[in-house]
Amino acid sequence: MNSSAIWALTKRELIRFLRQRTRVIGAVGQPVIFWILFGAGLRTSFKAPSWAEGLSHTVTYQEYFLPGVAALIVLFTAIFSTISIIEDRREGFLQGILVAPVSRLSIVLSKLTAGTILAILQAGLFLAVGPLLSMIGIGPEIDVSWTLPRILMAAAFLMLIAAELTALGFIIAWPMNSTQGFHAIMSIFLMPMWLVSGAFFPGGDSGWLFWLIRINPLTYGVAGLRRLLYQDVLPVTPELPSMPVCLLVTTATTVLLTLISARMVSRPSVHNAA
Amino acid sequence: MSEFAVIAEALSYAYGSCRALEDVEFSVPHGNLFGLLGPNGSGKTTLFRLLSTLIPIQSGMLHVCGLDVATCQSDVRRQLGVTFQSPAVDVRLTVRENLKCQGSVYGLSGAALNTRIGEMLDCFNLADRASTLVGELSGGLKRRVELAKGLLHSPKVLLLDEPTSGLDPRARQDFWDLLLKQVRSQGTTVVVATHLMPEAALCDQLLLLDKGRRVATGSPFDLQSKLSGERLTLRLRDAAVSQTAVEDLLQCKTVRNANQLSLRVSQPAEQIAMVMNRLGDEIIGLELTRPSLEDVFLELTGRSLVSGGEDHE
Repeated sequence: MNSSAIWALTKRELIRFLRQRTRVIGAVGQPVIFWILFGAGLRTSFKAPSWAEGLSHTVTYQEYFLPGVAALIVLFTAIFSTISIIEDRREGFLQGILVAPVSRLSIVLSKLTAGTILAILQAGLFLAVGPLLSMIGIGPEIDVSWTLPRILMAAAFLMLIAAELTALGFIIAWPMNSTQGFHAIMSIFLMPMWLVSGAFFPGGDSGWLFWLIRINPLTYGVAGLRRLLYQDVLPVTPELPSMPVCLLVTTATTVLLTLISARMVSRPSVHNAA
Repeated sequence: MSEFAVIAEALSYAYGSCRALEDVEFSVPHGNLFGLLGPNGSGKTTLFRLLSTLIPIQSGMLHVCGLDVATCQSDVRRQLGVTFQSPAVDVRLTVRENLKCQGSVYGLSGAALNTRIGEMLDCFNLADRASTLVGELSGGLKRRVELAKGLLHSPKVLLLDEPTSGLDPRARQDFWDLLLKQVRSQGTTVVVATHLMPEAALCDQLLLLDKGRRVATGSPFDLQSKLSGERLTLRLRDAAVSQTAVEDLLQCKTVRNANQLSLRVSQPAEQIAMVMNRLGDEIIGLELTRPSLEDVFLELTGRSLVSGGEDHE
């Protein structure tokens, strides 16, 4: 592993991102619009999950949805970051890196670092600005008296989710030749994965949906983020796992996905030759 | 250290059931400009990929600077500079940013890297374009950036795959002038895959490939000297009309290219006289030259270099 090589490749990703402004709009715009519109539309019909019953205040839909939107921004950023693998391959840049004397893990880590930096910047921006939308009347009142340690913890956890989702995107993007293929996977796998993570709606107390939510690793990311963003201490329920469990599952998934990515990259293949 | 920069023995490669390279053997002395010459589908791109460590060694042996490509991939990569046929520069980065990224990936840093970038920019006449986005450069300049990128870390062996494809003759000439000046002064070994005659003619040694097999090796001069006779090129008012007449008259095959007919002749004086007598008014010009590398290839394989076989690359 070579840290200056990782940083050089990361820097390249960041420069490319800054020179393609539309990517920012794509990754942040849609989740924010979802948040405002779903929040407004579902406000009256939303039934708060069972764990919210004992809280000091009623959880509105927009408040419930807040960590989910942050997770969606992270997901979109991870997707855009890893789609660049397919572009790099097509444009020829990738094979130039593959013949260079850098460890294959460094190549993966540079993508993860860039994806993570971009994701927490954008999700962080949303979390900082989102609650202020209530001032102009399109968001609900959200208690934003977050303390510095809490912000740092939330940022650190957001980083972990970002690394997890970027590694997942890497595994999907690596074998692909076209960005269209990636969009298909995004529609039938990544978006549903986000939908059944407790981000968009609480699951029931039983049935297939309940189990789907429990086996989804992203559930633990969203739940952990929810715990760090809410002022109240939330109870532990099957759909809202405890913080140590959230941390453990998210870390383990991130490490596993990163190792799989590095393994994929180290296999020499015709696919890598343009 | 071995006296050869690259050694290949019994090298074979297959994409599934499609055999792309069979039992190829060659060696490249240090500091040599070595050409892989063949039409599309001849296996030269496969050989190039094996050399650049992009695809695994399936059978046979390939050594670069005394290192086994099959087992010491990452050490081999350190010795190599690679310029692919498809561009490997990032078009959204400036020339300098591209070189910086490349240098860091190859372990250069700080002042040493900046000095080296300055040298490369000067050497390839790119200094005034350092802050331009690569995407805004002309094709010829882009190729020079590729080359500067490939040579930035002073590799022992530079691999070039069809380095001037898509360039006009002038840009091609510039590219080679700059490249040769640089590699000759540094003693860099260069392996270049090409199907262009003028490029092949510049090489010290050539490996002629056809359908994945080695056809011949040797210097361009040696290869050309093996062929007897000469090449006659006729420029005609209407080559399509005159082609049959010329072929009937001289009892040989001709190759037509626009209004030019080209053929091998063994007794040029008599044969030119015959053509002049018969088609005098039709002829605009004629030229007699030594056999080209194209002729060598045609003679050895019965196939033309330009219109290749099936393309599986």
